[in-house]
Amino acid sequence: MIDVITLILMTTGLIFFLCGSIGLLRLPDLYSRLHALTKADNLGLGLLLTGIALYQQDLLFALKLVLIWLAVLAASSASAYLIAQYARRQETGR
Amino acid sequence: MSELLFVCLAGLMLSLLLGLIRVLRGPEAGDRMMAAQLIGTTGVGILLLLSLLFNQPALSDVALILALLAAVAAAAFSGKQRETSND
Amino acid sequence: MIITNMLFIDILLVMSILSLAWATLTATDVRRSVIFFIAFGLLVTLAWARLQAPDVALAEAAIGAGLSGALLLTAVQLRPRGTLPSEALDNEKQNRSNRADLRSSAAIRWAVTLLCIVLAYILIWALLQALSSQTNDNLAQSVNANLANSGVSNPVTAVLLNFRAYDTLLELAVLLTAVLGIFALSEERAGYAPAGAVFNGLVSWLVPALILMAGYLLWVGAHAPGGAFQAGAILAAAGVILRLAGKPDIGLPVSSTSYLNIILVIGSGLFLLVGLTMLALGRPFLGYPEAMAGKLILFIETAAMISIAATLILAFIGGRPHNREDG
Repeated sequence: MIDVITLILMTTGLIFFLCGSIGLLRLPDLYSRLHALTKADNLGLGLLLTGIALYQQDLLFALKLVLIWLAVLAASSASAYLIAQYARRQETGR
Repeated sequence: MSELLFVCLAGLMLSLLLGLIRVLRGPEAGDRMMAAQLIGTTGVGILLLLSLLFNQPALSDVALILALLAAVAAAAFSGKQRETSND
Repeated sequence: MIITNMLFIDILLVMSILSLAWATLTATDVRRSVIFFIAFGLLVTLAWARLQAPDVALAEAAIGAGLSGALLLTAVQLRPRGTLPSEALDNEKQNRSNRADLRSSAAIRWAVTLLCIVLAYILIWALLQALSSQTNDNLAQSVNANLANSGVSNPVTAVLLNFRAYDTLLELAVLLTAVLGIFALSEERAGYAPAGAVFNGLVSWLVPALILMAGYLLWVGAHAPGGAFQAGAILAAAGVILRLAGKPDIGLPVSSTSYLNIILVIGSGLFLLVGLTMLALGRPFLGYPEAMAGKLILFIETAAMISIAATLILAFIGGRPHNREDG
């Protein structure tokens, strides 16, 4: 049973991840690409990490994975804002 | 069950390749930096999968550091310097 | 089974690393090269992890991808407009002189290419020699035989801080010399604009997290991948992000030069002190007694971490810190 859940979680995570990366390639504008990057990829990573935590079945390791996911979330949202701010500055500065 | 890990690893490498294309192509500097962030997040996933495959818990420490330091690199990229220098 | 399945991933990694290296070297814009270099560092971290070398992967993630990236990005941003190669193309005279330079140095470029090929050949030959003589794996065997006496259970830390402690002492002295060079070059550069709300929010959780991570790496270095150098790099990243957010205080005691000097010297100084104490006790230089080895190593690593972090932060700000009267 756990195996099935792990399979579903990791595959869904992978799909979200790939969708985010394809969005990075295909979307027309830097700002829209930032959306694809931060939302889809972080969600995919979260699902993947949940699958990994279930696979390993170790409580401490699972807590560490939660920590890593929270760090990635907070760091990438701030980074996305900063990159967008930089791009805006480049546009209006010229 | 380890085949699942390999499939996920292959999928993440594919995502890495897509990010790489954006790094090499991206018309603006912001596109490239963003793709570098993607490579960082994908790297976190790959490192955790490798830590399972090789049974090496130290790689999860590397993943945590990668996540934290990617923010530092992005902040360095978009920092705005003061116009006047001190003295 | 792992080997054949990994082939796909290995090929992808190698191709990505090589193409990024090529792109870094041949990019026309310096900023572009630096971002390629950051991505290159990230991929090399994955390569080290794939090769099951977590210590090196840790060092590469902390120093290669994160800190070097921040350093290079700051250095590139400071070049005044007009000196980047892509911007010199507007000037026709500049253009002609550039082309003349290229023509006259073709011989030099051929010589350098030849030298690189010879070097690559020598390295490949040395690697094949090392791989073929596997029965004589003396280094790993002697390290593993003596690991129990070294006071730590991580072989990398044992080699760095106990068996070859003299080399590490000299490395710390080299870092100190680097700081002296930085001080001699200039005063610190102009700082950064004060951070907005989002950046301040990032700083408020990132700096404590980095400090905790550094302490954890320092402690865990005794029995798992980690150690003083990686911990020092993480602490330096905390100082770097404080600087980027425009805070006047970068985590160092910049208002007092004597405190700053103490922090810079404490790494190599305490190391030397421990070595001399061993001499005074009748033991060889840096020959720790077995019972105290673990504690001494932790003591030395803490001091080294502080010095390394201070050195890297000073390298980032670019020179002697100003005296801050407004505190």
